[in-house]
Amino acid sequence: MAVRNSLSGQLFRRSSVVAGARFMSSWFRSIEPAPKDPILGVTEAFLADQSPNKVNVGVGAYRDDNGKPVVLECVREAEKRIAGSQFMEYLPIGGSIKMVEESLKLAYGENSEFIKDKRIGAVQALSGTGACRLFAAFQHRFHPNSQIYIPVPTWANHHNIWRDAGVPMKTFRYYHPETRGLDFSGLMEDIKNAPDGSFFLLHACAHNPTGVDPSEEQWREISSLIKVKGHFPFFDMAYQGFASGDPERDAKAIRIFLEDGHLIGLAQSYAKNMGLYGQRVGCLSVLCEDEKQAVAVKSQLQLLARPMYSNPPVHGALIVSTVLGDPELKNLWLKEVKVMADRIIGMRATLRENLEKLGSPLPWQHITNQIGMFCYSGLTPEQVDRMTSEFHIYMTRNGRISMAGLNTGNVGYVANAIHEVTKSA
Amino acid sequence: MASAVLSIATQCVSPNASSLSINETHKGKAKLGGSTLRFSKSSGRISMTVAVNVSRFEGIPMAPPDPILGVSEAFRADTNDVKLNLGVGAYRTEELQPYVLNVVKKAENLMLERGDNKEYLPIEGLAAFNKATAELLLGADNPAIKEQRVATVQGLSGTGSLRLGAALIERYFPGSKVLISAPTWGNHKNIFNDARVPWSEYRYYDPRTVGLDFEGMIEDIKAAPEGTFVLLHGCAHNPTGIDPTPEQWEKIADVIQQKNHIPFFDVAYQGFASGSLDEDAASVRLFVARGMEVLVAQSYSKNLGLYAERIGAMNVISSSSESATRVKSQLKRLARPMYSNPPVHGARIVANVVGTPVLFDEWKAEMEMMAGRIKNVRQKLYDSISSKDKSGKDWSFILKQIGMFSYTGLNKNQSDNMTNKWHVYMTKDGRISLAGLSLAKCEYLADAIIDSYHNVS
Repeated sequence: MAVRNSLSGQLFRRSSVVAGARFMSSWFRSIEPAPKDPILGVTEAFLADQSPNKVNVGVGAYRDDNGKPVVLECVREAEKRIAGSQFMEYLPIGGSIKMVEESLKLAYGENSEFIKDKRIGAVQALSGTGACRLFAAFQHRFHPNSQIYIPVPTWANHHNIWRDAGVPMKTFRYYHPETRGLDFSGLMEDIKNAPDGSFFLLHACAHNPTGVDPSEEQWREISSLIKVKGHFPFFDMAYQGFASGDPERDAKAIRIFLEDGHLIGLAQSYAKNMGLYGQRVGCLSVLCEDEKQAVAVKSQLQLLARPMYSNPPVHGALIVSTVLGDPELKNLWLKEVKVMADRIIGMRATLRENLEKLGSPLPWQHITNQIGMFCYSGLTPEQVDRMTSEFHIYMTRNGRISMAGLNTGNVGYVANAIHEVTKSA
Repeated sequence: MASAVLSIATQCVSPNASSLSINETHKGKAKLGGSTLRFSKSSGRISMTVAVNVSRFEGIPMAPPDPILGVSEAFRADTNDVKLNLGVGAYRTEELQPYVLNVVKKAENLMLERGDNKEYLPIEGLAAFNKATAELLLGADNPAIKEQRVATVQGLSGTGSLRLGAALIERYFPGSKVLISAPTWGNHKNIFNDARVPWSEYRYYDPRTVGLDFEGMIEDIKAAPEGTFVLLHGCAHNPTGIDPTPEQWEKIADVIQQKNHIPFFDVAYQGFASGSLDEDAASVRLFVARGMEVLVAQSYSKNLGLYAERIGAMNVISSSSESATRVKSQLKRLARPMYSNPPVHGARIVANVVGTPVLFDEWKAEMEMMAGRIKNVRQKLYDSISSKDKSGKDWSFILKQIGMFSYTGLNKNQSDNMTNKWHVYMTKDGRISLAGLSLAKCEYLADAIIDSYHNVS
């Protein structure tokens, strides 16, 4: 019920005197405090903690072995080149053309026929979130009766994005708690049972929050079945390069779908793989039948973007196009992204070793089977609460651990804590 | 639909299928009607699958070019030497070059030297920026700030901040309308439409006087149902350049208070209109001083030249700090599924400029210079038109209007003539951006306007 109804419905006017000014009852009385964001709220709590032992394995932001944020060398170099010299005039609504071109090459392949044939309608977006939101709004506008099928579990913000865009959600099975792996038969069954032509959200690599990815063979079967059902595959790729260390390898699922003839949608983010978190730079692309359709689709994406933010921020886009557009800088980037991925892979091995050495009764292979920034530990919410209250270790209540928050200095401490809260499980 | 194509194709596939053996790895293509069949091996079985080449977005029409941003595109495509871009409101120097403020370059160099990291900002944005922007808007010693009654969330420039406000209205004031001026910035309607907030217009521009229809404005605000949100331009009204006088602002505040309406300010030109930051914020401060609850969207695109960095803020001034806390939490909840957290670069620039006294003073001087150039250009244009036009028409509105834009009073056909005959690019509503005009081009523009006004209907 609107607040104003309660005010005009009664003659009663509550007023308070503040520094000589009189106020009526606030218009905002009915606005309740929002719950803390489950992911970003963890970092807030971590920052407030005074303990010297505190560890933040909550949000997915990369840290080096000293627990420090990292700005990539290739990025610093790019920034030097662009500082002060660039005009800050508005980008077109669809963003930096150069950045979009480079992003498409990265995702679809350097020599992709789809790029040559100009069949991809693509715009710069506000990182992964913005790309997903723009697509959700596009889906709502042109397929108003459609739903989005999301895996269980998925990144928490996927729910918010499609909900606020007015697109109802359905789920498909994904994570298998017993094996801490993929529920492949459940996944295939749910794809099969969904009505023909449904929209499916797929994580291209390094599934968030579980770290569980289908194998290449499984991806091929998923692709086949989705084709038979005529579903629309929408990929969220937030970790290209970051998962295995090799961007080409991390794009494998997408390439399989492209080979099989799917017309995909794709959200790309540079938050993790280029460390550009706060710059909000990404790309949304939709593969179309031909150039004419791609142009039309792009124009409609722009029509949606204009009343959201008019045109996207330039700084991050300039960094990306400078890095990817210069062979030397691009090589440097490839090296640096491999260093990040390798450190994570190393930490996975160390954490698992430590837990096994501690004599944990539980199985921990999933730590090294899973891939990317996150590990679905299998900890229950109550165990997570103990991790925080007893050990000052901050993570999300679904048991997700950001491996990037682990380093040689704290991995032993964290292993010990996990062991403590699970040994009687 | 895609699946229908599939079933037809599948039936026709069998003759070819029989030629494939179980373990054959065969990748081939066969064209069948509109779709391409691909044969692929899959785990030891033949799976006859049909590539779905029929797009889900087949029926999607081409969207029209944006009426404002499309003008610059058309300008760029024009090869004529005399062309003039008076479309989008982006400041140009006398040489008609884009201008990066010196303070911005200095701030960026500082940031580069410091080697700031690129971590996510919190959903509400950079704390230092939020503090600076609220103080800039209201004055650092404003009671509303001291009493913590101001909820500020960094937004994606003016557009993004307006969109957050619109989303707040849609979610917490269902059924409430927004009253917008006739005319207003083109994108306002898109924003409220896409946010599903109904709107209607209040009279604003009077074509007879090329000035403010004050009576009409007051009447329409009075006539709106209690609790309507009234969208007001804080200063330098876009597209007309026509602002209420201080006395008129008082009367507008009176009627809004009487009707229990909620004022929603769009402040995109603070400092840019008169050259003074404080003077340009007078209208907002007046409403806040009266104890009203107010929404304010800010942008640093023009006054700090940070157009492409997308830096602005949504402020909600409410009656208590407790209320401000709740409102801020809900603004964050709306922002998270839009873009998670805002871009850091522009926020740091603003925080550095405003937070460093030397840079802040320099900024004030640069802003006076930019606003001053616009005032000079207005004068020159007025002088040129008045001396050339012998019809006796009163062109003084050019001097009375303020800010980047001037509403010339030209209609669509006349505006088209400006472009087609004179290669002067402007929006179809007769708006010209004086920021894109140089003293050197005033004579040419005067000729174009006179011709279009008198010779085209």
